[in-house]
Amino acid sequence: MKRTLISLAVAALAAVSGGVGAADQAPVKIGFITDMSGLYADIDGQGGLEAIKMAVADFGGTVLGKKIEIVSADHQNKADIAASKTREWVDQDGVTVIFGGTNSGTALATAKVAAEKKRIYINNGAGTSALTNEQCSPYTIHYTYDTIALANGSAKGMMDKGLKTWYFLTADYAFGYALEKDATNVINASGGKVLGTSKHPLNASDFSSYLLQAQNSKAQVLGLANAGGDTINSVKAANEFGITKTMKIAGLLVFITDVHAIGIKNAQGLLATEAWYWDQSDQSRKFAGRFMEKMKRMPSMVQAGNYSSTMTYLNAVKAAGTDDSDKVMAQMRKTKINDMFTKNGYIRKDGTMVHDMYLFEVKTPSEVKSPWDYYKLVSTLSGEKAFTIPPDSKCALLNK
Amino acid sequence: MEIFGLSSSALLSQLLLGLVNGSFYAILSLGLAVIFGLLNVINFSHGAMFMLGAIVTWMAGQYFGINYWVMLLLSPIVVGLVGIVIERLLLRHLYQLDHLYGLLLTFGLTLFIEGVLRSIYGASGLAYSAPELLSGSTDLGFMVLPNYRAWVVFSSLTVCFATWYVIEKTSIGAYLRAGTENPKLVQAFGVNFPLMTTLTYGFGVALAAFSGVLAAPIIQVSPLMGSNLIIVVFAVVVIGGMGSIMGSIITGLGLGLIEGLTKVFYPQASSTVVFAIMVIVLLFRPAGLFGREK
Repeated sequence: MKRTLISLAVAALAAVSGGVGAADQAPVKIGFITDMSGLYADIDGQGGLEAIKMAVADFGGTVLGKKIEIVSADHQNKADIAASKTREWVDQDGVTVIFGGTNSGTALATAKVAAEKKRIYINNGAGTSALTNEQCSPYTIHYTYDTIALANGSAKGMMDKGLKTWYFLTADYAFGYALEKDATNVINASGGKVLGTSKHPLNASDFSSYLLQAQNSKAQVLGLANAGGDTINSVKAANEFGITKTMKIAGLLVFITDVHAIGIKNAQGLLATEAWYWDQSDQSRKFAGRFMEKMKRMPSMVQAGNYSSTMTYLNAVKAAGTDDSDKVMAQMRKTKINDMFTKNGYIRKDGTMVHDMYLFEVKTPSEVKSPWDYYKLVSTLSGEKAFTIPPDSKCALLNK
Repeated sequence: MEIFGLSSSALLSQLLLGLVNGSFYAILSLGLAVIFGLLNVINFSHGAMFMLGAIVTWMAGQYFGINYWVMLLLSPIVVGLVGIVIERLLLRHLYQLDHLYGLLLTFGLTLFIEGVLRSIYGASGLAYSAPELLSGSTDLGFMVLPNYRAWVVFSSLTVCFATWYVIEKTSIGAYLRAGTENPKLVQAFGVNFPLMTTLTYGFGVALAAFSGVLAAPIIQVSPLMGSNLIIVVFAVVVIGGMGSIMGSIITGLGLGLIEGLTKVFYPQASSTVVFAIMVIVLLFRPAGLFGREK
């Protein structure tokens, strides 16, 4: 069985006498569901679970005198598994809060079940902006990044360099569509033009055919609206076919783990929009160092987001004095987030965690001084500019 | 000149790329066909062996500084030996049973091998560069073809046809074919049949490893690279006819071309078109295009 049940109680729970019913004795149970074994496993996966464990341990292992437990599952990038697992967790295992990882299809499915069951759903790995827009819910928090922020980072970054014509390589599912759509909006709004798109199946191994079509379009920018293994193989093939000589590649969603896997020689010059980089502050370096010790690799922004959002949730439970979903949500919305992940972040009514985003460029091999030293900062986008602006939102929660 | 609204040069280049993928299908399905022909085992671990071929190549380069050309020979031998061990220790005991048992065993092995390597190397994989000699590209007029891709087509076709020649035209091949028909009788003539099956499995697996080495510089070397490919290769074998040597080569190349064309006209269907063809072929020729009904 893929499901593992990890008890993380540090302090033994003494029987509390008087006035506390048995129901209150139930542990605070965190359910974490993500891609543990597929093409996105390095972005989140076991490392994401480790980050949540670190947060729980740092918090002390208990909250309101209850122990904190973590259950995790692999959704295998299938929406039906994600939905049924969430249902099982809430109905049978008494899971209090659900953390979701990579894959937009599974995230939308989980969010729907969570809303129906009135459980808080915090997503760190999925991209689709629908989570806080068309399909927003009072129980969903989209914490680390979304496709709008990526488009405002990478697409805008390219337009600012004067590169106006685009060809997209799009992963053929919810995330790819959302990313392409959001990037197209940014491109059109700043006077650019999309010359064509190739939609490829998730987890494709050969990209040469699409790349040739992209090259024939004579566009200036090759926009990669895909992620993980697909991005890696796209960049690799683009180098092989010499496309990098005629087109500039904009990876709309590039994780540091991808850069590491592609290798600095092929990845140099890529633009990447990220919410967090391990080398951005003393606090982030400290967290990254601890994570590195355990996982033998640097954390991605998603894994850092897992740590930060777990802390945010637990702090809110403590402050609210209950794990009741509505009260904890209200508490989280009124508290600013200041930690190693972000400064002055806040959770908006639509569920977006509004925080600064960063546009990075991958260094050249000669600029790399130490392992995982991959990024140089191009610009910082304030949260208000990076995420959906309220007038554009279709989320009823935001504009009422 | 335009064909279906596409310039002929664009069409030609897509066909050529299809041929590159087809070469992978051909050599992988050839290995499967050889194994099925003699052992009657549906070797589901073929994808894992393909991946092992690539990852062994990467490891040799990373840890021992052994270059691509040496590994092109060495990696199939190493993985072939792994196959021989698997056959001797495990598969051997299943020959008397239904096909399904062999399939389940090899599928289990796949999960095991992939799982172990994923926990060591992660899912995003490792980068491997093409050798210096083949790293450039050639302008063919209608497209710029990386030299390495041309090498893939050339070397896999050479290996495919060499295999076909050995099996169909030499005395070793004659024993093999006879063994497929009637193992007991072949043994009665003094041929060491158990040794023959062991070596055949080793050879089939080595073919998979060889294509793994060929793939290493093209796709990211990752524990999952085989499972992405193997299902398509199985469809290729079914379309060509289980156990048919020439059938698997021709079908592999042909389906690569068809898939290439699909990527131009309707990319979303490129992962399904092979299966659609499989359904149609099975409806009209249940034994496959080149297979014989037993």
